[in-house]
Amino acid sequence: MYMLKAENIYKSFHGLEVLKGISMNVKKGEVIAIIGPSGSGKSTFLRCLNHLEIIDKGSIIIEGEVMVSSDKDGIARYKPEKEVRRICRKMGMVFQNFNLFPHMTVLENIIEAPIVVNKTHKDEAVETALKLLHKVGLEDKKDSYPSQLSGGQKQRVAIARALAMKPDIMLFDEPTSALDPELTGEVLKVIRELAQERMTMLVVTHEMGFAREVANRVVFMDNGEVIEEGTPELIFNTPSHERTKAFLDKVL
Amino acid sequence: MLSYILDVTVNILKGTIVTLQLFFITVLLSIPLGLATALARISKFRILRDFMGAYIWLFRGTPLLLQLFFVYYGLPYFGITLERFPAAIIAFALNYAAYFAEIFRAGIQSIDKGQYESAKALGMTYWQTMRRIILPQMVRRVLPPVSNEVITLVKDTALVYAIGLAELLRSAKRIVDRDAITVPFIVAAFIYLGLTLVLTGVFQKLEKKYEIKE
Repeated sequence: MYMLKAENIYKSFHGLEVLKGISMNVKKGEVIAIIGPSGSGKSTFLRCLNHLEIIDKGSIIIEGEVMVSSDKDGIARYKPEKEVRRICRKMGMVFQNFNLFPHMTVLENIIEAPIVVNKTHKDEAVETALKLLHKVGLEDKKDSYPSQLSGGQKQRVAIARALAMKPDIMLFDEPTSALDPELTGEVLKVIRELAQERMTMLVVTHEMGFAREVANRVVFMDNGEVIEEGTPELIFNTPSHERTKAFLDKVL
Repeated sequence: MLSYILDVTVNILKGTIVTLQLFFITVLLSIPLGLATALARISKFRILRDFMGAYIWLFRGTPLLLQLFFVYYGLPYFGITLERFPAAIIAFALNYAAYFAEIFRAGIQSIDKGQYESAKALGMTYWQTMRRIILPQMVRRVLPPVSNEVITLVKDTALVYAIGLAELLRSAKRIVDRDAITVPFIVAAFIYLGLTLVLTGVFQKLEKKYEIKE
């Protein structure tokens, strides 16, 4: 059984087709790096997976549970909202712009969803949060507000916050793109550690070195399509498609 | 002279009680009503949005004094007769709620959409997101315009003079007429200034309190 199965996803914004039949299967513990030029649809694809965008056609199955599937006319039919929300809870997401809650401390940011959504007891939520803060190396920042943190620290809190919901799959949408170069390392280190713990992850990234080192599989997207995919060695050393070569020539 | 001023002040302060009652009840009613209106105004139901849009247009588009007259003098023609004070409360609450609604709506819409997205990605429902994430941030942003409205309200309460409520200004005017002296007006002015000074202080404190948090 696949952890995540996306089939033939189509998505348009105001008549502009940004996803043209994307399919992807993800196994447990796999780390997938999605690379490609800006506007290739890679972030949109990730956002479709956890219902931040509504797809037009295709199907998404998370751990065997259908979130959306196409009817016989090819129109995407979503499960009822409650069901979709429950299925999406298996996935955590980390955003390019962190999106921490600015009116809450670091600790409050992390315990919020476990308490409000999962009805976890506060003491238990705090205990988990402290463990996660330890893991991302920020225990001493638990009472700080997001505005008092650096970009790298914010992103590490955002990762801890997503992990607090105990997701089975983590989605990273360009997690280091808003960071100064000297701060990307601390965030990538945390993601690398998650990979070592066999967390299933989809990472949209511009960090080619990171994709090569951490990913089991690299997916190259361009113009709303998957152009090619394979092991990092295959994609980076012997890309078979012209567009992949042209892109890699530019970024490497 | 000093004892005269003291005597006048005590008299006017009696009227101030009515002013304060009107002020506090209006604030207590119009803020929740304004918030509900703002949420309806951005709801996904078009009928609700349009209805609230019409309500806001009506109450911001006509003078408060006219609304006051309508509720007190006009509603009896429709079989609804109200005492002066409840009539004043209804007109004031509906009028101020319309203004607060627009302030709150703007405040809510100024919050970055990334906040909704991260809340949704964490599994929160729309209402959980509103209550726990969006509205607490909105409060901080709307404090300055809300403070403006509240201070305007203190002075607007003088309008109920027109339907014969014995509030602050009317109490002063009565003494002015009786004694043919303008001192009571000056006393009234100082009481208004005192009230707005207190409110300004309260809002400064609130802004400070929320400022540290962000």
